[in-house]
Amino acid sequence: MRYLPHTDEEIQEMLEVIGRKDLDELFCSIPDECRYDGDLNLPAPLDEWGLNEHADQLAEAMTVTNEYKVLVGAGNYHHNIPETIPSLASRSEFLTAYTPYQPEMAQGTLQGIFEYQTLTARLLGVDVANASIYDGASALAEALLMGLRASKKKTKVAISSAIHPHYREVARTYFAPTEYELLELPVGDDGRTDLSGLGDIESLAAVAVQSPNFFGVIEDLEAAADTIHAAGALFISSFTEPLAYGLLRSPGECDADIVCGEGQSFGMSRSFGGPGLGMFGCKKKFVRSMPGRLVGQTTDLDGQRGFVLTLATREQHIRREKATSNICSNQGICTLIAAMYMSSLGGSGLRDLAKLNYDKGEYFKAQLVKNGAKIVFDSPTFNEFVVEFKEDFQPIYKRLLEKKIVAGLDLGKYYPKLAGKYLFCVTETAGKDVIDTVVGEVKS
Amino acid sequence: MNENKTPGASGLIMNEPLLWEKGKKGRCGMCVPKSDVPEANFPEALQGEGPDFPDLSEVDVVRHYTRLSQWNFGVDTGMYPLGSCTMKYNPKINERVAATPALAAAHPMLADEHVQGNLQLMYELQEYLGAITGLPAVTVQPAAGAHGELTGMLIFAAYHKSRGSKRTKILIPDTAHGTNPASAALCGYKPIPVKSGKNGILDAQTIADVMDEETAGIMVTNPNTLGLFETNIRQIAEVVHAKGGLVYGDGANLNAVMGIIDAAKCGVDVMHLNLHKTFSTPHGGGGPGAGPVCVTAELEKFLPTPRAVKDGDQFKLEYDCPDSVGRVHGFHGNFGVLVRAYSYIRTMGPDLKKASQFAVLSAAYIKERLKGTLKLAYNMPCMHECVFSDEWQQEDKITTLDIAKRLIDYGYHPPTIYFPLVVHGAIMIEPTETECKEDIDQFIDTVKKIVQESKDNPELLRNAPVRSKMRRLDEIQAARRPCLCG
Repeated sequence: MRYLPHTDEEIQEMLEVIGRKDLDELFCSIPDECRYDGDLNLPAPLDEWGLNEHADQLAEAMTVTNEYKVLVGAGNYHHNIPETIPSLASRSEFLTAYTPYQPEMAQGTLQGIFEYQTLTARLLGVDVANASIYDGASALAEALLMGLRASKKKTKVAISSAIHPHYREVARTYFAPTEYELLELPVGDDGRTDLSGLGDIESLAAVAVQSPNFFGVIEDLEAAADTIHAAGALFISSFTEPLAYGLLRSPGECDADIVCGEGQSFGMSRSFGGPGLGMFGCKKKFVRSMPGRLVGQTTDLDGQRGFVLTLATREQHIRREKATSNICSNQGICTLIAAMYMSSLGGSGLRDLAKLNYDKGEYFKAQLVKNGAKIVFDSPTFNEFVVEFKEDFQPIYKRLLEKKIVAGLDLGKYYPKLAGKYLFCVTETAGKDVIDTVVGEVKS
Repeated sequence: MNENKTPGASGLIMNEPLLWEKGKKGRCGMCVPKSDVPEANFPEALQGEGPDFPDLSEVDVVRHYTRLSQWNFGVDTGMYPLGSCTMKYNPKINERVAATPALAAAHPMLADEHVQGNLQLMYELQEYLGAITGLPAVTVQPAAGAHGELTGMLIFAAYHKSRGSKRTKILIPDTAHGTNPASAALCGYKPIPVKSGKNGILDAQTIADVMDEETAGIMVTNPNTLGLFETNIRQIAEVVHAKGGLVYGDGANLNAVMGIIDAAKCGVDVMHLNLHKTFSTPHGGGGPGAGPVCVTAELEKFLPTPRAVKDGDQFKLEYDCPDSVGRVHGFHGNFGVLVRAYSYIRTMGPDLKKASQFAVLSAAYIKERLKGTLKLAYNMPCMHECVFSDEWQQEDKITTLDIAKRLIDYGYHPPTIYFPLVVHGAIMIEPTETECKEDIDQFIDTVKKIVQESKDNPELLRNAPVRSKMRRLDEIQAARRPCLCG
């Protein structure tokens, strides 16, 4: 076995030093009644070439492959990834390192995360960003718990029902065994969250809104901030598509207290939904309530600038059950990927790419409307929007599938009232020809 | 021993500024496609300035990260005996399999019939992990070990709730992993610390004294963080079960016991695994990991949804589980990590047992050869890691930290230090099965040399490291005057 270097001779030498006659004797402390019966019940080992063949077979079982144009976003987006990113991120000095507990041997990871924190804070318009949470969904759950911590004795949080349905499910899971109450806020006819009932909720610690929301609709975050703060609550702003902030006013600029969301758009493949990146930031005054690791700047004995993990007294291994979260491993290398992406695009590139995504969405919407479809929510959208067709869309969906296009996502599973209406996504990866093909089928 | 024969050396190390200290406005390191649609007006009221990012060329970015990577040390660079972290070799082929275009490009909300390959992989991985642990029902959704622990505690809470009981406490031994108390606290459980016995092993009577019907169960790390097998685990499980509690097995140390123990036979009800430890997926400088949770058939109905199931010759995602704790991840967990672990298991097959045997062999060999040099915390048969302390170095005023930092000069990543907390100045060494004997011998000789230096020339240790790019960093200053953003 090529991963097991010990030769029979070396095994014997080592056993002699230890004073054991064979490998089994190494496990003499394990009681018989705890032991595994027989050999591990697993398929016989594959060599490298056999594994490649097996992977090919799994790939063949995929009927919607990378050749398809998938016009579905809903929290997981297809964007171009420059070759520099996989090439740099696969450098094994980054990839095969552990959490940077020994800073003298991990300055690459540490400076990389410090840069990620900084670019993320600038993107989201917050004072501080952490070194990541698992994904957008757990980041929201952590933000809600943080809101309760920061508000002391309050017991309720409210979330918009235009937040990604899976994120809301995860928040409910995290809240189920707690004493806290998680409320959902309705969506108005314009596709934006209806915050008019907030004043009636007592003991409200925090309110979460997503923008662009699950329907692609850009929320009026400034107005939301005013309403939420007037209700005495903290404002949590969530997102699934960070690219939008190349164009939109950032949540921090709109006075959000905590900002959290999914960063997969920034250089990570769709990968069936993971690994992505939970991006998380907040105003400076809340930093000690923040979950997750933080990298900070310091100096070494010679006065050189360097970086270390810091403010660990918030974390599980020091504060134990009083920690701000139980998170330990986070998304590590994905933070570096996101920073590589943000720095490759730069400020100018991010704006151009965001505008291109917006323009594609507007063109798609206009063409659909021209051909009799209806855009369900008339508020501004980013690169996603909800469409209602004149007739049953399923036959068209099937015809487009034959043309290797996945035409949107039926919302019925997530919002029964919106059954038969489709959420579409279009990014820079879909050419005008793809949009025109979809529109052509709708027309015919 | 000649110092020059160890891997440590000073090389040509480049300086590199922070990203925003480089670049010029107007550069771009990535192609933005030319627009093929008309320009549209974006509402001014919603428009921002765009973030203040530096503009860099492709070469700027490539050189930046290449230089940063050279300041880092990974398993591919050298021995990384970080206890409890299982820094084994991360096979290259698994990276290629994870990047298979049809698998890696899949959107997570496609219809089941369109993603059969990915669902088959998830289903089979669940089956394999069930076979390895003896706990047949598995979720692969949790994104890391602590996320698995949280999932396990949610299952504890759902189980007790289903029986109409609300329990408020949980037993956590002092030899358990550090994340356990925080995971339990998220589910409203108050951790009750339990002391391990004199020989580092938990005593069933100690558990019997504190286990009651207010207590949800126990979280046991086995092998524990001293590298010792909890030999009384069956009796402990009986005590806990008799009071209606459940047993959580923290599987972070599974690398010692694959094919050796059956967690179900040990009385464990719920167990998480760390695919980024035992199953060779790269740690990525802190993640992403994956923390699947394996449970008994009785607890299957509480697992998170959805899960991959087999229906005839088709695979599908099962959502219809009314007793489930719900979803813990936005989609299906860190799928890319699952692919790597799956590839590893298919490569190893039943030889995973050999991996455990050699991991234990290597640790026991180090323990034996270093026990005259460093004070052993507990002289008991060790599993995949061994724990020493700096007690014998105290007369020379040398600490565990000094020894660790001096190892860096010789080209080794230090072991885990100051953990577990039950050992003063702990030095926890986990070599893993992928280090060959020459490298292990060289590491042992290096530790002996460092201990000799601590008597002959202790300043060498106190000033270490001197060959790394940075010398010791001021962590106190970092915490007192936090600079978290540039």
